Amino acid sequence: MDLSSINPVLLIASVMVSATPILLAAIGELVVEKSGVLNLGVEGMMITGAVVGFAVAVSNTSPGMGFVGAALAGALLSLPFALLTQYLMSNQVATGLGLMMVGLGLSSLIGKPFEGMKAPPFPKVEIPLLSDLPIFGKMLFSHDIMVYFSVALVVAVWAFLKYTRAGLILRAVGEAHDSAHALGYKVRHIRILAILFGGACAGLGGAYLSLVRVPQWTEGMTAGAGWIALAIVVFASWRPGRVAVGAYLFGGVSVLQLNLQAAGADVPVALLSASPYLITILVLVIISARGAHAAPASLGRPFHASR
Amino acid sequence: MVLSPVIAVFLTMIVGGMMFAILGKPPLEAIKVIFWDPLFNDQFASYSRPQLLVKAGPLILIAIGLSIGFKAGIWNIGAEGQYIMGAICGAGAGLALYPSESFLIFPAMALAGGLGGWAWAMVPAVLKTRFGTNEILVSLMLTYVAQSILISVSSGLLRNPEGMGFPGSRNFKQWDAAFNAELIANTGLHWGVVAALIAVIGAYMLMSRHIMGFNIRLTGEAPRAARFAGVKPARVVFFCLGIAGLLAGAAGLFEVSGPAGQLTGSFNAGYGFTAIIVAFLGRLHPVGILLAGLLMALTYIGGELAQLMLNLPGAAIQLFQGMMLFFLLAADVFTNFRLRFGKKGVA
Repeated sequence: MDLSSINPVLLIASVMVSATPILLAAIGELVVEKSGVLNLGVEGMMITGAVVGFAVAVSNTSPGMGFVGAALAGALLSLPFALLTQYLMSNQVATGLGLMMVGLGLSSLIGKPFEGMKAPPFPKVEIPLLSDLPIFGKMLFSHDIMVYFSVALVVAVWAFLKYTRAGLILRAVGEAHDSAHALGYKVRHIRILAILFGGACAGLGGAYLSLVRVPQWTEGMTAGAGWIALAIVVFASWRPGRVAVGAYLFGGVSVLQLNLQAAGADVPVALLSASPYLITILVLVIISARGAHAAPASLGRPFHASR
Repeated sequence: MVLSPVIAVFLTMIVGGMMFAILGKPPLEAIKVIFWDPLFNDQFASYSRPQLLVKAGPLILIAIGLSIGFKAGIWNIGAEGQYIMGAICGAGAGLALYPSESFLIFPAMALAGGLGGWAWAMVPAVLKTRFGTNEILVSLMLTYVAQSILISVSSGLLRNPEGMGFPGSRNFKQWDAAFNAELIANTGLHWGVVAALIAVIGAYMLMSRHIMGFNIRLTGEAPRAARFAGVKPARVVFFCLGIAGLLAGAAGLFEVSGPAGQLTGSFNAGYGFTAIIVAFLGRLHPVGILLAGLLMALTYIGGELAQLMLNLPGAAIQLFQGMMLFFLLAADVFTNFRLRFGKKGVA
């Protein structure tokens, strides 16, 4: 095994790239869960975002348009979930699973004509001055705009939840929907908005996979990234800052295992390629063993105004 | 209760028809090819009718196991992984004894398959009862782990030594003692289907006649009441996940030693996920699951036929099946709530 072939600067830079899709999806799901809704369909929305983003970007040769399309597609796909769980009061777990399957089917249907194509290049944005720094410049400040956007989004969500009145209302709806309702807040509307935001974020995350990370469309390409995003929200104890930590940790694991595979490490390939999932399980166990769950109190509970 | 699956299937046909129209296929024709031709078309029915049981067998077997857990509010969605591990363990146990022709080989493989699935399901069960880890995420993550183990063993440990280097195990079709053959020619009835029927009856007895079934339902509907009544939550978790893993593992073995024939990196056709739809479409009731499994098998075969005759993309069927679950959940509002027109209450 030749570990010297792994360049630490490029490693960190590629960790940021590989963490971004999970980070985007996870921060969206965080907002959804903070409003008291458990949407298990992240995987479905992500892969739909991936295919729609890719299709739009290829047709218009504009990655930017692709991302917009992906966000819209993710939000649109989450709409039936929102209506079903909020107005028809269906079981959130089952509906989320349905959303996942619809998304997987839909994506491979849309994606058929786009297989084997190449995504239009997405320019890197070198931040002036900072990107000229030795080592750190290449590592942290010469990425494409979505990487910065994802970090900014985490900060924005954190500030929104912590400092704004709307964020307080969102949290109130997630913690005690009956009290929030009694105070006159529209529980359903707030939750639907949160679900749509989560869908849009998952769509963006998916599009980042198909437009930047890979960059092409293959069937089932998210390969559980949406589920890892869900796990990261639990791992993060529903805190935006920790979501970022979690996402970069998992991005790191998946990049490292690829690098180890390439470097010909003396570890079975099956173990390496399963390692992101195994580590997710391990982390979940550690988090749940500590017992500090901090889950929103109304998470997964249906709301009906008559009670 | 019975009506909403029927409404859901009907709505899926309508919306599915619209989808086919958008894809530029004749909608009525497509619906007919999917739901009617596999059973009654003169040209294809003789081939596709046996396929109905071949496909329904694993779906029903897995869905029965899942439904028991779902009743208790235990969301095992990693049946696909348990199915794969059952196939690997069962096939591995058989191949270890190659080329013995003993009649005990196949029962031993079935047992090993069931135990493999059971062991894989015990991981989320132990983690849930011991550490309170969410079983949804763990069981799903384990599916991806199982998938990479499958790819590894089918091109490594269990690869056919006479396969000229191609990935994939020995073909069980060429080894009578281990082959899960059709029991009655041209019916598609193999041991997996028999097991599925036994599971349907067993699950019915369990859920309606046995104290464990009552405890499971109680845990799902009123967890607090169940604890006061002395039901140990951990036992319910172990039981539900164990049964689901056992049945999924057995289904995997029956598939790999019969219709699939050999262990390859992609022998699993996503039955573990489709079985979730089957379980819900069957209202988590054994008899309902039997019917839903047959229906879902029909959409698989019909989908293949539509691929052949109308050039319909295979993914359309996957979408079709997903939609069915969605419409079912939507139609459920009519069973859970009563519609009242014209009267506006105070919310």
